[in-house]
Amino acid sequence: MSTHQVKLKVNGAERSAEVESRLLLVHLIREVLGLTGTHIGCDTTHCGACTVLLNGKPVKSCTVFAVQADGQDVMTVEGLEQDGKFHPVQEGFREEHGLQCGYCTPGMLMTGTALLKENSNPSELDIRKAISGNLCRCTGYVNIVKSIQYAANKLRQGA
Amino acid sequence: MATEPRTSPEIGGMGHSVKRKEDLRFLRGKGNYVDDIKLPDMIYLDIVRSPLAHAKIKNIDVSKATAIPGVLAVVTGKLMEEHKLAWMPTLMSDTQMVLPTEKVMFQGQEVAGVLATDRYIAADGVAAVEVDYEPLPVVIDPFEALKPGATVLRTDKPDKKDNLIWHWETGDKAGTDTAFAEAEVKVKEDIYLPRIHVASIETCGCVAQFDKIYGKLTVWMTTQAPHVIRTAFAIVTGIPENNIHIISPDIGGGFGGKVPIYPGYVIASAAAILTGKPVKWIEDRIENLMSDSFARDYHMTVELAGKKDGTLTAMRLKTLADHGYTDAAANPSKFPAGLLHICTGSYDFKSAHVEVDAAYTNKPPGGIAYRCSFRVTEAVHAIERMADVMAHELNMDPAEFRMKNFIKPEKFPYKSALGWEYDSGNYGKTLQVAMKKIGYDELRKEQAEKRKKGELMGIGISSFTEIVGAGPSKHFDILGLKMFDSCELRIHPTGKAIARFGTKSQGQGHETTYAQIIAEELGIPVGDITVEEGDTDTCPYGLGTYASRSTPVAGAATAIASRKIRDKAKKIAAYLLEAREEDLEWAPGKFSVKGSPDRAKTIQEIAFAAYTNHPQGMEAGLEAVDYYDPPNLTYPHGSYICVVDIDKGTGEVKVRRFVAVDDCGNIINPMIVEGQVHGGLTMGLAPALLEEIQYDPDGNMIGGSFMEYLVPTSMETPNWETDKTCTPSPHHPLGAKGIGESATVGAPAAIVNAVVDAMWHLGVRHIDIPITPYKVWKVLREKGVTE
Repeated sequence: MSTHQVKLKVNGAERSAEVESRLLLVHLIREVLGLTGTHIGCDTTHCGACTVLLNGKPVKSCTVFAVQADGQDVMTVEGLEQDGKFHPVQEGFREEHGLQCGYCTPGMLMTGTALLKENSNPSELDIRKAISGNLCRCTGYVNIVKSIQYAANKLRQGA
Repeated sequence: MATEPRTSPEIGGMGHSVKRKEDLRFLRGKGNYVDDIKLPDMIYLDIVRSPLAHAKIKNIDVSKATAIPGVLAVVTGKLMEEHKLAWMPTLMSDTQMVLPTEKVMFQGQEVAGVLATDRYIAADGVAAVEVDYEPLPVVIDPFEALKPGATVLRTDKPDKKDNLIWHWETGDKAGTDTAFAEAEVKVKEDIYLPRIHVASIETCGCVAQFDKIYGKLTVWMTTQAPHVIRTAFAIVTGIPENNIHIISPDIGGGFGGKVPIYPGYVIASAAAILTGKPVKWIEDRIENLMSDSFARDYHMTVELAGKKDGTLTAMRLKTLADHGYTDAAANPSKFPAGLLHICTGSYDFKSAHVEVDAAYTNKPPGGIAYRCSFRVTEAVHAIERMADVMAHELNMDPAEFRMKNFIKPEKFPYKSALGWEYDSGNYGKTLQVAMKKIGYDELRKEQAEKRKKGELMGIGISSFTEIVGAGPSKHFDILGLKMFDSCELRIHPTGKAIARFGTKSQGQGHETTYAQIIAEELGIPVGDITVEEGDTDTCPYGLGTYASRSTPVAGAATAIASRKIRDKAKKIAAYLLEAREEDLEWAPGKFSVKGSPDRAKTIQEIAFAAYTNHPQGMEAGLEAVDYYDPPNLTYPHGSYICVVDIDKGTGEVKVRRFVAVDDCGNIINPMIVEGQVHGGLTMGLAPALLEEIQYDPDGNMIGGSFMEYLVPTSMETPNWETDKTCTPSPHHPLGAKGIGESATVGAPAAIVNAVVDAMWHLGVRHIDIPITPYKVWKVLREKGVTE
């Protein structure tokens, strides 16, 4: 198995690693870089627990090879908090009880963050469509929708 | 507690929607799930699985696998047999293969384990193991399985001549037969609840480590019941129990799927002992769906008898249970069909009879794991579905029919026809609240208008009774272990506290809610209390978290342990205040002298004195432990009303509204209770409309990934509307009942009842779940409604 040197920016920091061609981005993030907030929940790109932002767009990192992220900008859940302060999306999930077991949460947070960058005032249907590739078994989604709405309000108020 | 909280928001006792402590790490990606654990020198286990449902294993050739650089070894049944670990007992006194030595019994069964230095290399090794199978006749249909001449599956049991696992029955057969003979009205339907899977977003797995110096096995694993696992491991392996340490770290959803012992855990543990290296095993989603514990798979025939005026008199329930190749249901030992005999539900029946036959088939084992207290969903579906059939048969409104037959509030505690003693309930009130919230009468008018226009709209009710909080030690045990649970509470000198439990949260928020119970009882602010669970070396013994038992059992233990501490605190306060104990009164957080509120000692002052200035002759410290043996189960209930619109062209069922009114007695944290109901409703919608695991006649599983196994997304899930009534449990120290599973149990019947209600006038009496568009479309075509 051939290996490759990859260099990428993760949560603002330059990182590099020697990886096998077949290594998935999610395993690079979790096992090589030690950022275990990004989770794995299926084999078929359905559950979205592994969602990260690649150049600002949400991707399922179980379906991206690490080598494809070479030279790119990756943001994971660990990159949301700034200066010890929750991102409004994190705050929304806390205030609106948008999580239970916490396993799908990092993926939901990243999808929500990406949505709010594109759409600062999403409707309930916009939010439901945006998170439709992220499965949650605990919450029934109602409070996740409210959490993202909370964050949207907060961001619009210029938090 | 139905009204205002007794404590201030700063203390955060019962009734406050305290924000969850656990969220602080989960929101930062700092949870600690099993797959996040990485130990030095750790190796990986991956599992070779059978492509066939029933086959003799003629040979396993591992040479190509072991030739791969990085593959360290391949574990087979033969190796496990040498260590007497090829088979293990199930919780229902059956036996299950860890790894096979003779034959495989279902598609996806574990055949061998590959150990490698890396998870990718382990997967390469799995692909390189060559197994020579000789196919055997496959038995998939449980009705065929019990026919004379059927292939006998459990050839490992020399005396076994058929595929019947057990026959079980309860109730008054003669009385029920008489009631049916005398009945003015009878209804009967065949109802199938298909196989489903919890599909928690985190799959199952473990990291096993063996310390050769002390002979100690430590296993971090996805388990809802760490203490039971420790004892079971000790019995199966012979390792002294003090040398087994089970740690259940953060769990990414359980719902019952993380109660059983799966072969992967045992293989990983054995491999850690044999290799001396830490071993990680994490199943992937396909393995999870193919081989882990399923739920339901009950073929029921349900009959109700009654009078023309709508009074129910008797119920008869016959069931054929498909258990797969072994009975590995995680039931209490004395209840092979779980608590199915709660099936008389919310109604005042004079007599009832239940019988169940359990069959072996070539499917994976399991049996109860889907957010349900031991077959209560099956029971609720049987009664709530048939209540609607009877109401429609008599041309009565289903709400009026239920109101007429509900057990009346003054009859509690109520002894059911099948022997349960319901603790409390007010079914009529709950249904009234639901009807008002949804605008029931207006909806019926709208339905009548729509029907004139040929549009299909339905309204479905489910007024269910749950039975949770197993359970009283007289009747409830697992492997002989009585189903108590525990809390050990220590108050530190500065008035802060740590509490440990025999349970294990998988998302329910125990770190917050248990702290709230202590805050309620002792007035210590919720933020000053640390909650720990899931470590068998430090936590008191308990049977774990499943079947909605944490609040009814461990929650009660928490209240009692707190009260033991308060009793001692009172003695210390009397000493400090130089007063008699009987002259003291308690308000949250302090004892004061009656009539002199200024003469008071706070719980923090008392805690400090317990270590620095306690009365002579009294033990120092402020600690208590309680192992709570519940005197009865708790009986939460609810009334759900669902409105559906059916697209005549496509057969699609659209849930327009769903109102859920739950009664779980006194509430610890309203925010968390509502979250539990939302999640439960979604896991009720799932099997009602989407999820099903099917097998073809050759035993191939259909639906082995999220491509085919349709877990609800945000798009199918409606905007749940919730409300509550409050009928406290008279025997629980906090008046609380369980809530985690009510919605899963109650919701499916409401949805099916709504669909059938929309089509009753077409001659439709019942549709089995999942109600897919195709199923509805076929019915509409048969009835000539669509082309």
